Amino acid sequence: MDLILYIWRQNGPEDMGRLEQHRALHISPDMSFLEMLDQVNEALIKEGREPVAFDHDCREGICGMCSQVINGIPHGPQKKTTVCQLHMRNFKDGDTIYIEPWKARAFPVIRDLIVDRSSLDRIVQSGGYVSVHTGGVPDANAILIPKEDADSAMDASECIGCGACVAACPNGSAMLFTAAKVSHLAALPQGRVEAARRVCAMTEAMLREGFGNCSNHYACEAACPKGIKVKFIAKLNREYIKAQFNTGRNT
Amino acid sequence: MILNGNSPSGPLAQMWDRRRQELKLVNPANKRKYKIIVVGLGLAGASAAATLGELGYQVEAFCFQDSPRRGHSIAAQGGINAAKNYPSDGDSIFRLFHDTIKGGDFRARESNVYRLATLSNLIIDQCVAQGVPFARDYAGYLDNRSFGGAQVSRTFYARGQTGQQLLLGAYGALSRQIHAGTVRLFPRSEMLDLVVVNGQARGIIVRDLVTGMVNSFAADAVCLCTGGYTNVFNLSTNAMGSNVTATFRAYMKGAYFANPCYTQIHPTCIPVTGEHQSKLTLMSESLRNDGRVWVPKTGGDKRAPRDIPEGERDYFLERKYPSFGNLAPRDIASRAAKEVCDEGRGVGPGGRGVYLDFADSIARLGKEKIAERYGNLFEMYQKITAENAYDRPMRIYPAPHYAMGGLWVDYNLQSSIPGLFVLGEANFSDHGANRLGASALMQGLADGYFIISHTIADHLARTEPGKVRPEHEEFKRAEEGVNSRTKKLLSIKGGKTASDFHRQLGSIMWEHVGMARTRESLGIALGRIPELRAEFWENVAIPGSGAQLNQELEKAGRVADFLEFAELMALDALQREESCGGHFRVEHQMPDGEARRDDENFCYVAAWQFRGRDGSPELHKEPLIFENIPLATRSYK
Ligand SMILES: Cc1cc2nc3c(=O)[nH]c(=O)nc-3n(C[C@H](O)[C@H](O)[C@H](O)COP(=O)(O)OP(=O)(O)OC[C@H]3O[C@@H](n4cnc5c(N)ncnc54)[C@H](O)[C@@H]3O)c2cc1C
Ligand code: SF4
Ligand code: FES
Repeated sequence: MDLILYIWRQNGPEDMGRLEQHRALHISPDMSFLEMLDQVNEALIKEGREPVAFDHDCREGICGMCSQVINGIPHGPQKKTTVCQLHMRNFKDGDTIYIEPWKARAFPVIRDLIVDRSSLDRIVQSGGYVSVHTGGVPDANAILIPKEDADSAMDASECIGCGACVAACPNGSAMLFTAAKVSHLAALPQGRVEAARRVCAMTEAMLREGFGNCSNHYACEAACPKGIKVKFIAKLNREYIKAQFNTGRNT
Repeated sequence: MILNGNSPSGPLAQMWDRRRQELKLVNPANKRKYKIIVVGLGLAGASAAATLGELGYQVEAFCFQDSPRRGHSIAAQGGINAAKNYPSDGDSIFRLFHDTIKGGDFRARESNVYRLATLSNLIIDQCVAQGVPFARDYAGYLDNRSFGGAQVSRTFYARGQTGQQLLLGAYGALSRQIHAGTVRLFPRSEMLDLVVVNGQARGIIVRDLVTGMVNSFAADAVCLCTGGYTNVFNLSTNAMGSNVTATFRAYMKGAYFANPCYTQIHPTCIPVTGEHQSKLTLMSESLRNDGRVWVPKTGGDKRAPRDIPEGERDYFLERKYPSFGNLAPRDIASRAAKEVCDEGRGVGPGGRGVYLDFADSIARLGKEKIAERYGNLFEMYQKITAENAYDRPMRIYPAPHYAMGGLWVDYNLQSSIPGLFVLGEANFSDHGANRLGASALMQGLADGYFIISHTIADHLARTEPGKVRPEHEEFKRAEEGVNSRTKKLLSIKGGKTASDFHRQLGSIMWEHVGMARTRESLGIALGRIPELRAEFWENVAIPGSGAQLNQELEKAGRVADFLEFAELMALDALQREESCGGHFRVEHQMPDGEARRDDENFCYVAAWQFRGRDGSPELHKEPLIFENIPLATRSYK
């Protein structure tokens, strides 16, 4: 199939940026979206032009590196699918496709489709972990964990940190991302000890980094390639309120 | 030269204790005077950086992704081994040790492997304490599954995302140290050279991938945790950025490269669909727990799989290896799949595929149970192939997956350059000629959480902190080298892309240095690689400049290193006149087609020393001695 692409080009953070028209010819439906872009890029290089810069690594939907807004939707039209796992059989011959970077205040554009998501790392650095030393821990089966809790922790922990939830949110909020981490650790006895301190620290970090607030649009869940549920945001809110009541303990 | 692995003496079970007793310590107040560089933040690097930072060293940590949470370890699906023996099915540290030595086809160092098996249990404890949500049963206990090459269930897993969950654990530990200020993080940074001063590793040269700036970083020790080199085949299950650059540069600075020809071809990957293919996707080996591998008995059978009656199917792994069946080790399962396809019995487009069928398990356990175990893998399979594996068998084919070879290290994980330590897949240490499933995660974390902190102290205790500064002339020289190479690459302005060359190199390697190698095929590869390399340096096209984010420049640099490394790999495969594990030389096989090892002449680690661009590398041998497990022909029948 042949496609018309409008791709966001931006030389650097200071550049204005613009949409540029490209053609993708003879695209096989078995190609992934990124393989389609590879092909466009190789043609550009052979013409001596600069290829479109985009982030990617695993191409298996797990590293969270790929990040493109396709026709207005973060990660494109297929539900629960990262761009790297989106295949061209989702498009038709003659389609026009708009490809843009994540757009959010907390994610400055570095070049073309590449943005700086280190703000998400800083949220985790503020407390998104269990403060355990290496070594000197109890036997793994010493603390039993109900299967439901382990499963719920895992549901939350599937987040790949891609930032699509932020890109989808009209407020540029990182609530779903933060909620996933908070809920993962709060569901486990190992994480409970620091739960109050964690939720406060991460929430503050989120605000500090310039992410917006959550006003219940649920656009995040719709865009999330891992199907992280907004119920975790409710969990975060509960944890946060609990922590406020508990100030003096654990905070 | 005969190399010495520096293993402790005495009985196997006491070696690690004894070594820790011998190693020098750095006192707590002095630790912060020492700077350690950690390159690579997958499981090995993130766990090492976190642990060293927590002990109080100053750590500088580098990775090329935008965040350490994205290291390639994140893609590991199936699980991580440990000798916990929770299911009480006969496992023990000795058995894990035994299986790993045997699985590696008697080409690994006993002392290392025994230590690995011992530490495996601590890893699970550590990860659970960090909040890794491993699978559990209804009573709340940890659940286990089995993996290839083992007859016990010793694999811990977190759905099909074990690597992700372990890495998020290590990333959490690392984040905690970044917060504490002991670790400085440098993401989007690529190490392009190692700096050696007076015979000691003293730092690295790094290109900032956003600004293009090339900078020097000095330290008292350097840890390379940069992963494996399987992308030398172009198409592999590794992430697109996985490369040999860091380890190859270290090799050129004097670190020996061990067993480069030992590469693992994984039996269960989604087959190639066309020229456009950019990578191959693994379907976790754990699927072989519940899936049965088969092809039609007769070639050219075009019927839909469900229409082929039971009697006309060949469950070839169960037939050939009745005691291990579908769980035969990877090298064996891969060769068996290639064999049936070579006979014309392969399925799917191009006949390069075999079925992995879940119908029996679904009938036995129900679709729900299968979905719980492998749901994400079935989803991934459907996204890529548009086929539903609950209704029709998956099609799978072998693909390059893991590098058992890597930089040579002694028992202390120190390379042949003092002060340079190598961890995880980047070293050659523990898997011999073939790695068993669920052992790489174990090795990376053993190295990072539990070994390096002891062994690096011994080196540091003998080193004056901060002695070499980045202003040292060796750093200047190395920076100039990096800059002039970049300039050269950008000036070629040829007609082919870096990916064109990578594809060509990949097809040479797959064809001639792949699953089955012959003296002749290796000779062809050794002829073609230098030709392709020469053409690369005359005809590669890289637009843009070096003073900006330039992904083509990054790619071209990696391909350039693969083009050199490939030759070393073929050379190693040529000198190893035997078949063992993942290295199959067609000339050396049993009458029934199994690998024929030659313990008389090849029971050694081949460690190569760089001898200049024009000279050929020099081979050093570390003899392998088996005192606890008698050398035996590997059989999975
Ligand atoms: C698809 C797949 C599934 C797997 N499943 C399993 C499994 O179930 N069980 C198991 O035990 N093993 C599995 N493995 C193997 C295992 O995942 C890897 O061997 C292991 O994770 C390697 O970890 P590592 O820390 O050594 O390196 P990696 O995780 O590869 O990390 C490499 C790091 O080095 C950095 N880096 C590389 N080069 C440079 C450079 N020049 N400069 C700066 N940084 C650099 C990268 O940024 C990255 O942070 C699997 C592998 C694959 C491909
Ligand atoms: S919650 Fe979903 S969309 Fe947001 S970062 Fe995690 S995986 Fe991505
Ligand atoms: S490239 Fe890793 S998730 Fe898309």
